[in-house]
Amino acid sequence: MSKIANAFQNGKAFIPFLTAGDPSLEWTETFLLEMVRAGADLIEIGIPFSDPIAEGVVIQEANLRALSAGTTPEKIFQMVASVRQKTDIPLVFLTYINPVFNYGYEKFLARCAELGVDGLILPDLPYEEKGEIVYAAKRHGVDIISLIAPTSEQRIGKIASEATGYLYIVSSMGVTGVRSEIRTDLPAILKVVRENSTIPAAVGFGINTPQQAYEISRYADGVIVGSAIVRIIEKYGSEAAPHVYEYVKTMKEAMRRD
Amino acid sequence: MGNSRFGIYGGQYIPETLMNEILHLEESYERYRRDPDFVAELAALNAEYAGRPSLLYFAEKMTRDLGGAKIYLKREDLNHTGSHKINNVLGQVLLAKRMGKTRVIAETGAGQHGVATATAAALLDMECEIFMGKEDTQRQALNVYRMRLLGAKVHEVTSGTMTLKDAVNETMREWTARVFDTHYVMGSVMGPHPFPKIVRDFQSVISQEARQQILEKEGKLPTLVTACVGGGSNAMGMFYHFIPDQDVQLVGCEAAGEGIDTPRHAAAIARGRLGIFHGMKSYFCQDEAGQITPVYSISAGLDYPGIGPEHAALHDSGRARYVPITDEEAVCAFEYLARTEGIICAIESAHAVAYVRKVASRMKPDEIVIICLSGRGDKDVAAIAQYRGENIHE
Repeated sequence: MSKIANAFQNGKAFIPFLTAGDPSLEWTETFLLEMVRAGADLIEIGIPFSDPIAEGVVIQEANLRALSAGTTPEKIFQMVASVRQKTDIPLVFLTYINPVFNYGYEKFLARCAELGVDGLILPDLPYEEKGEIVYAAKRHGVDIISLIAPTSEQRIGKIASEATGYLYIVSSMGVTGVRSEIRTDLPAILKVVRENSTIPAAVGFGINTPQQAYEISRYADGVIVGSAIVRIIEKYGSEAAPHVYEYVKTMKEAMRRD
Repeated sequence: MGNSRFGIYGGQYIPETLMNEILHLEESYERYRRDPDFVAELAALNAEYAGRPSLLYFAEKMTRDLGGAKIYLKREDLNHTGSHKINNVLGQVLLAKRMGKTRVIAETGAGQHGVATATAAALLDMECEIFMGKEDTQRQALNVYRMRLLGAKVHEVTSGTMTLKDAVNETMREWTARVFDTHYVMGSVMGPHPFPKIVRDFQSVISQEARQQILEKEGKLPTLVTACVGGGSNAMGMFYHFIPDQDVQLVGCEAAGEGIDTPRHAAAIARGRLGIFHGMKSYFCQDEAGQITPVYSISAGLDYPGIGPEHAALHDSGRARYVPITDEEAVCAFEYLARTEGIICAIESAHAVAYVRKVASRMKPDEIVIICLSGRGDKDVAAIAQYRGENIHE
């Protein structure tokens, strides 16, 4: 079992996401450490891709800003190496299949293992295609995080039963981005998940307020927030650190309310 | 379900949100393509509405002028809406209707696929929304207005490079948001399985007719069959029924833009590498970190960084060859065909005409060439004038 399990030992897990290299890798490192200080339980680090088809406009633009700043997987690995000297928080990469395929699955996963990156989320690698990478991932002890969507229906059982690390439950139709209301019947999805798997299930896509985080944490094991944080980084740039800290702290506290 | 690949190419690299829909599409397609009512309704639309079969025209003046092989043009430009795109769209919109969908969405580059989709949606009573890169809406303003006349809503895509690949991204994003009532009418032999197969099957009517027509006219098969390739739908349709005829050479013409030794081209086979994007494993123009690179061609319809997976497999096996054709060669061929045969073809199709201008004279008079003239060129007139330094208003 990877370090990911540790993230779910401290009550309900709060899982912030940020795009590496936005506005620069130096700032990404600072923001990461602020998130840890504020009580984040696991952090998802986005490796930017030119065409992130599962992302809404906020994270799309963060990807473009990071790429314009010259961010590459290689430089992100170096940043993570530096972060790893300061924290042992579980870390997961989120990116698209092409940059990983292009780097070489074996080589990429070896780097993850070496740096203590515990998992990898690939939104364009569904269950049917996971054979691309799961064997190499297993060899290197890196978890491939599976996603379950509101449309997954009869697929939930088989996805959950083979999932590793944690399950990423997509709360809403469409792409990432802040939403005022989550309409999916999450308890029903989570019920099927629990019947088929013992690993933690975290919910993401659209969540941004403490109230939403609280409500979802009542039945999920963790809450994932991306766009709301990326928007703070977009707004405040190099001044964003205290705002990121405050936001993560507020969200984590909201989830402790019970 | 069936094999989702052509050799190592193809697959279904898409978000989980779309997986059930894609599996449902595959199942529905397998059912309806064998359903006599569906087949008859599509055949009737092709004959009565699209104007099929399209002509196989002997280009006598071009043949005489080039002084080699006998040249035939498969006149997809004469189809209703002016290109081969209608073949695929009628099939897919009919299928979507059978699947209970009430709304169709599509990407478009030059606007031909968008116009065709809007047309089929108007005819078959479907809501229609088209996604088009902002740069392309400017290059192809006439087609934008056509789509609106047909009742479609056109979204200007301002993300990324604002061209065809970004239009595909946005259409996929929209599909994940409204998959229940919406079908994505994929415009080329690309995307996740089963799209490359569905689009190829609906487009294969081109080679089915052409093979029969050439046997009737000449009593033998051609030496060379050629077509332009972006995603590759007209080429796949033009090649398909000739694939078993091992003596027929198949050549796809990629957009070399300002040249494949410059960064400004869209030649996925000549300059791309193996990758995974837009749902499929295939060849893509990408940088050393696997980022999809901006591509360029004078032709908005070929301005795409990848190529359909079946083409990638045909390239690997050597059954088809892919050659780069520059903007300059295509524009000269566009003008040449207009003067020589009185046909203004699409700038996309002119890439294939340009290739034949290079090779026909080296062929023998008893050899036959068929060029797929995938579309008509009215939409390109202003851009060609501008290329030649003249500013005309559309």
